[in-house]
Amino acid sequence: MATATAEPQVTTAQPSGHKAKKNALSDGQGRLAWILLAPTLLVILVVAGIPVVMSIRESFFQTNNGVDPTTGMVAGGEKFVGLGNFTSIFGGTNPVQGSFGTHDRFVNAFLNTTAITIVCVILETVLGVIMALIMSKAFRGRGLVRAGILVPWAIPTIVSALMWKLIFDADGVMNRVIGSQVLWTADTGASFWAVVIADTWKTAPFIGLLTLAGLQTIPAEVYEAAKVDGATTWQQFVRITLPLVKPTLVVAVLFRTLDTLRMFDLPAGMIGFGKYRTETVSVFSYLEATQTRYGPAAAYAIVLFVYVLLIAFLFVKVLGADVIGDTGMPKKKKGKDKDQTAVGKGGDAAAPGLEMMGGAH
Amino acid sequence: MRFVRSGRRVAVAAVSLGALLAAAACGGSSSDSGSGTGSSAPAVDLNQQGDIEYWQGKDSSGNIPKLIAAFNAQHPNGQVKFHELPDAADQQRQQMIQNTQIKNPAMGVISVDVVWTSEFAAKGYVIPLPADKFPTTGMLQSAVTGATYFNKLYAYPNTSDGGLLYYRKDLLDKYGVTTPPTTFDEMKAACDTIRKGENDAKLGCFAGQYDKYEGLTVNFDEAVHSAGGVIVGDDGKPNVASPEAAKGLQTLADWFKNGDIPKSAVTWREENGRTAFEAGQLIFHRNWGYVYNLAQTDKDSKVKGKFDVAPLPGISGPGVSSLGGHNYAIATNAANKGTAADFIAFMSSEETQKSNTLATSQSPTLEKLYTDSELVKKFPFMPVQLKSIQGAIPRPKAVEYGDVTLAIQDAAYGAIQTGAGGGAADANAALQGLQTKLQTLIK
Repeated sequence: MATATAEPQVTTAQPSGHKAKKNALSDGQGRLAWILLAPTLLVILVVAGIPVVMSIRESFFQTNNGVDPTTGMVAGGEKFVGLGNFTSIFGGTNPVQGSFGTHDRFVNAFLNTTAITIVCVILETVLGVIMALIMSKAFRGRGLVRAGILVPWAIPTIVSALMWKLIFDADGVMNRVIGSQVLWTADTGASFWAVVIADTWKTAPFIGLLTLAGLQTIPAEVYEAAKVDGATTWQQFVRITLPLVKPTLVVAVLFRTLDTLRMFDLPAGMIGFGKYRTETVSVFSYLEATQTRYGPAAAYAIVLFVYVLLIAFLFVKVLGADVIGDTGMPKKKKGKDKDQTAVGKGGDAAAPGLEMMGGAH
Repeated sequence: MRFVRSGRRVAVAAVSLGALLAAAACGGSSSDSGSGTGSSAPAVDLNQQGDIEYWQGKDSSGNIPKLIAAFNAQHPNGQVKFHELPDAADQQRQQMIQNTQIKNPAMGVISVDVVWTSEFAAKGYVIPLPADKFPTTGMLQSAVTGATYFNKLYAYPNTSDGGLLYYRKDLLDKYGVTTPPTTFDEMKAACDTIRKGENDAKLGCFAGQYDKYEGLTVNFDEAVHSAGGVIVGDDGKPNVASPEAAKGLQTLADWFKNGDIPKSAVTWREENGRTAFEAGQLIFHRNWGYVYNLAQTDKDSKVKGKFDVAPLPGISGPGVSSLGGHNYAIATNAANKGTAADFIAFMSSEETQKSNTLATSQSPTLEKLYTDSELVKKFPFMPVQLKSIQGAIPRPKAVEYGDVTLAIQDAAYGAIQTGAGGGAADANAALQGLQTKLQTLIK
């Protein structure tokens, strides 16, 4: 973008100038882009690139934590262990009791992360779309509703974690409301749902907001045409709204998925450490690092990183197919149904929606 | 949103990533050949004067800056600056470790939690303190033991802490219980009488700290020790799979099951218990010394003037407290260790300890202060506190203390949660599992 706007300005500003200079600028379009991008790239390199590389390096090492039995001293320093930290993930030496039975602590954290992500993202998508539909309607006090829905999103996660901790206290508001004494912040099945509820409350507005932006790009005449054809509200939603809002929605769901996979604040701030039913990979990795076992901690973080990357890749493939589909290229829609349900639903509904749109014009 | 990449860009990215990896690998191998943190400590010079920083957790009393100002006034050739750390113990520990790893020369004196002593000593984060400069006569023996690792003193005892039994004196008097209970059975008998008479469903019998965190380790240790069991034996080997230890844990789980300990206490830390006690929802409560002042003065406290403190009750024998407290240590990488030593000496003097106790109600480590008339007048629980600390047993000493405490919490929390859920906990099995884990952690 930067080059596209900068380049014509410069060339038109100095049409009577030296030829050499003009050539340098037009020839050096790539170079100018690099110069303009250099500060950004430098910052990214320093704050993201180098730490990533350093943690990849760290994951191949282990701290010497052995105690000398005569002096009681620890040798210290690091030793190279190759892929040892990664292979020990699958060794399963530290079984813990979690929501999914007894597994190795890392496997348990991985299962928790995945389960929380799936449940949260589904709930958030459904609620977010509903919120967006409400916010897009024209009615008195709409601004107030919009602002109200967005409040949770504006609160820092750790603050909402502490807030929900009070709500989920044994004598807290939640137990008063439901009229029974559920121990939400103990290490029980309830704590899993406490995390899900708090995360959904906080981030459904995000999906709502992005979906709202998508909704506003849908032209009104499509709905008018549908009404003329006698479509019910549900048909309009499934055949017009969902397919047309899908590109935006998929991006929102993708962001939420990647975010939830890295979840740390809510389990850490609300439930506490060492509770295996809500321990996510991020939390486990953090705890390993505080035990000065930086190697394994880095290895867990990298496995999570690769997992996130893989999910993102899958999403982007779905996304890419949609972009092509919208521009009328041959549709390749097979094998997408395995992804998030909301996305899958949107994908299946895309074709009739597009045909309908084409017909209306 | 296009994610198409040309082959050339991918190639460039791959090459640059490879180069970075190679560079990192070189850096790794060179740092690897260097010395570790612990093995080659620099020569210790306890005369080197100059400015230092004192690192400790959040100072809610506001007394530390005053003490530091007093020290600076009489010590012109080495000034101390207060470096305040977060409230949470984990974060304090983490910052101290990180600053050791980057060899921060400014970090001079650090306030070390008693359970970190072994780790900080073994990993060479702090230096051993020579006996001639740091005499321990007149100090509480248990506090000194807690700061010792492999027969060397690594931290100079500063504050200590022991658990106390807070009890509702008004209710005990009302139902003719003349002396506070010394055992769990006596406590239960008193509770049964009082709860029957009061007929208040909200009135719980007893609670300590049972959420899954360090407080659970403290309470579990106390149950095991007061039932005659040990976690780590005198020979330094774990020996927790004993009938006595099982009785301790079983008692806690059963009390949860019977509702003598409120079920919600599975989520309680110090403050939750204090709130419940101050709201008049508990007859007996195990907590630290800091509660005394608050329960007497808090606006919302319904138990002002209605409670008293006693030594902890035991399960089979006398009650045994776990040991708490913070001690001063000199960081290995401190540039001016002479000032650090002078500062510790100043902060540990009888005068300073007394003024600090008056300001913060933290228990001192000098034994004679517990009978100081001015202190006893302000804090009438001081003599009880002394008894509690004198009989206290430290939590297991381990270099990897974080793993040890988590293993203990796993075992204890499982049994307690079963009890709170109304099930029959199997303390024996839980402790067998704990024993196996501890054997790999403590050698």
